[in-house]
Amino acid sequence: MSGEHKPAKAYALHLAVLALLFALNFLLPAYHHGLLARIMVLAVFAMGYNLLFGYAGLLSLGHAMFFAAGMYGAGLSVLHFGFAVPLAFLAGIACGALLALVVGLLALRTSGVAFMIVTMMFAQVFALSLIYFAGFTGGDQGLVIPQPARLFGVGSATIDLTDPAVRYMAALALFAVALLVTLHLVRSRHGRVLVAIRENEERTRMLGYDTFANKLAVTVVSGAISAAAGAAFALLFGYVGANFAGVQYSILPLLWVLLGGAATTLGPLLGTLVIYVITDTASSFTSAWLLIVGIVLILLVLFFPKGVLGTLRARWLGWLP
Amino acid sequence: MTVQHNLEPLLVTRGLSRRFGGLRAVDGVDFTLMPGEIRAVIGPNGAGKTTFVGMVCGRIARSDGAVLFDGQDISDLPAHRRARLGIAYTFQITSIYPNLSVYDNVALPVQRTAREPRAIRAAVMAALEKVGLDGRAAMPAGQLAYGHQRLLEVAMGLALKPRLLILDEPTQGLSDAEIEDFIVLVRDIARTATVLLIEHNMPLVMQLADRITVFEAGRILAEGTPEQIRANAAVQAAYLGTEAGAEP
Amino acid sequence: MAFGPHLLLALLEGLVSAAVLSLTALGLSLVFGVMRVVNVAHGEFFMLGAVLAWAVANALGGHPAAGFFAALVVAPLIVGAIAWLSERLVLSRLNYDPESTIVATIGLLYIIQQLALTFYGPEARPVTPPFTWRLSLPWFGYSAYKLSIVLFSALLLVATWLVLTRTKAGLIMRATQYDSETAQAFGIPVGRVYAGVFALGAMLAALAAVLIVPISQAHYLMGHDPLLLSFIVVIIGGLGSLRGTVVAAVLIGVSDGVISMFFSPTLAKMIATLAVALALVFRPQGLFGATAR
Repeated sequence: MSGEHKPAKAYALHLAVLALLFALNFLLPAYHHGLLARIMVLAVFAMGYNLLFGYAGLLSLGHAMFFAAGMYGAGLSVLHFGFAVPLAFLAGIACGALLALVVGLLALRTSGVAFMIVTMMFAQVFALSLIYFAGFTGGDQGLVIPQPARLFGVGSATIDLTDPAVRYMAALALFAVALLVTLHLVRSRHGRVLVAIRENEERTRMLGYDTFANKLAVTVVSGAISAAAGAAFALLFGYVGANFAGVQYSILPLLWVLLGGAATTLGPLLGTLVIYVITDTASSFTSAWLLIVGIVLILLVLFFPKGVLGTLRARWLGWLP
Repeated sequence: MTVQHNLEPLLVTRGLSRRFGGLRAVDGVDFTLMPGEIRAVIGPNGAGKTTFVGMVCGRIARSDGAVLFDGQDISDLPAHRRARLGIAYTFQITSIYPNLSVYDNVALPVQRTAREPRAIRAAVMAALEKVGLDGRAAMPAGQLAYGHQRLLEVAMGLALKPRLLILDEPTQGLSDAEIEDFIVLVRDIARTATVLLIEHNMPLVMQLADRITVFEAGRILAEGTPEQIRANAAVQAAYLGTEAGAEP
Repeated sequence: MAFGPHLLLALLEGLVSAAVLSLTALGLSLVFGVMRVVNVAHGEFFMLGAVLAWAVANALGGHPAAGFFAALVVAPLIVGAIAWLSERLVLSRLNYDPESTIVATIGLLYIIQQLALTFYGPEARPVTPPFTWRLSLPWFGYSAYKLSIVLFSALLLVATWLVLTRTKAGLIMRATQYDSETAQAFGIPVGRVYAGVFALGAMLAALAAVLIVPISQAHYLMGHDPLLLSFIVVIIGGLGSLRGTVVAAVLIGVSDGVISMFFSPTLAKMIATLAVALALVFRPQGLFGATAR
């Protein structure tokens, strides 16, 4: 852990990344512009996953349920209860946090392989229930959130989330908040405890830390951040669908974080960006783009378990958070 | 700090037992520790010493009996709560954070009581200075020599500002010079905390301990001052007589 | 149809799926029991068996029985070879670390699945059963082929049990499962045992798929449900216990069949998955397995 040294450098780097993303709003052509907005929202999901996997060392195979809880929490509250966008967004986060609390209370009684299987199964149940209650959720087909519902007023101004520039800025705002919150968290005392639990849980317990409470807390935060991404996705892109609750969306954040570098703050963005670009390109000439996912996963786990930024940090840039 | 007999005992166990299937690792142990003591626990391998202190600090669940700390029944308290009450344990098999820096290793117990980064830094460096590791604060703990890792464990225990510090075979693997330094360190610790020490090094025990408790086959065989224990025939037969390098 | 015969039909259907499930789950259980590895790609080995069965039967033409029996031999062998390769090239290099192996097998899942999509296509294709006799019961006719599945699976399970408990190979496998370090010290080539077990597990799944494909169809996504159900069976039955696996497979297969016939299949799956997740949380050793060492 490099928390103590060169905090200014770390913050400067993060602000530079955000500034770059801000500038790209004006520089990118339309297609890439929309793509980057999507990538930023998914990177928030990856950051939420990274908290649990990279920092706390808990490999969940069911995070799609938190993303989907946020997505459906926001989407359904707009469609069925007429919530305005800001309230719907909060509703989505609340759903994800609550689900994470319940799942955490149960799943955290297990560890290792059992934890992976239990989280995967809870996510399965969640996905199946979306299908079972299709009348309410739109089932396999999903539901579209119409354009008028994605406007909201702030003071005298109206913010239209269907406008590409507004959408990009909203995605960037969410990403910036999540990034800076994560950065602050991992450099804090709490971050140190998380890493300690990951490295040697029994020792941490003997030093007076309630490791179960800590793990539960980080699960809820991770679930809330993932849900925030899901809620944003629904509100920004106007669609909720059961495929986002599928096991694929539990594997993808694992892949994004592994590639970018687990337990690094900027790794999730990098991993999401690279994979999304590769698979977007690949799916234009084959429907079997998941093949690339499979190959990258195996290559990563065999040769680059630390991912890009993780390897960079280990070899040259020890100050990278 | 001399043993203060007029005070209440710091640690009491009543009938403390631990069974593993048919094996009675610890069998109905009644034990009392006064504040300010340096108590050594000795005995052959497999006598139940580590299991006993494991039940005191909460690492190992008890099968029977009770543990009282400062008059409070802590028998059912989880380990982290006992640590917060002031019981610190250093592992028999070194259990530090090898991938974290020496600094971060000690910062973890320190940040239990200190909040401000500056206060944390001060307390960490103070603890490291006490064991002589302040020069190596930035090193990954896993790269320390084995003896220094054991000292790091002691520093981590100290950083908790414990009332009872349990040291489980702390000098194992240390050189003679390091053991000399260790004796000075323990005497210094004992000025502010009670020390419970599991050890195999008999000269060290004789030098350091106020009282000695001898374990055998899960039970207390004998208890007394170093002279009393040295003179005890049963103890000699069971343990001291077979100990290589024991002082006459 | 009256309720009684309807229930009987549901039970028979459940028995057939239980038979196939017990073979598939046994493959998963063996791999976890001996290697301590969770193979998430297990369902894809199942799918490969079905797809290869179609390919073989299709290539051979002629009498359906010839194609089928050829597939019964060829498909598991090919799948076994692929599994053996995967173990040697990937899993052994990871030292069977639990997290890395799961991630690697996820990668394997996607590779196998998507290659099937590329070369076999997204369609579902049938395979003709080797014979179409029907058994005439008082209330309905039932496919004799389906009953033969149950019989054949039972024989295979007994054969596996015999191999595990009566042969030297089985002894070596059980020794490696019990204590791989000591086994190695006794000169057992643990690496080769692992490769063999991994291949055997895959072959059992492929075999089960060849048996079921004349009744259902071969589709590139068909590995998902068998994987989930096998997981459920292995967890409930207790890892590494053959008896537990069979008992749990019968339980799960029959109840899944009955519930699916009378209620929604989605609800059945939801209940089963939730029950198993909770079982894993509160009673991780399952019905027959020993508590993890």
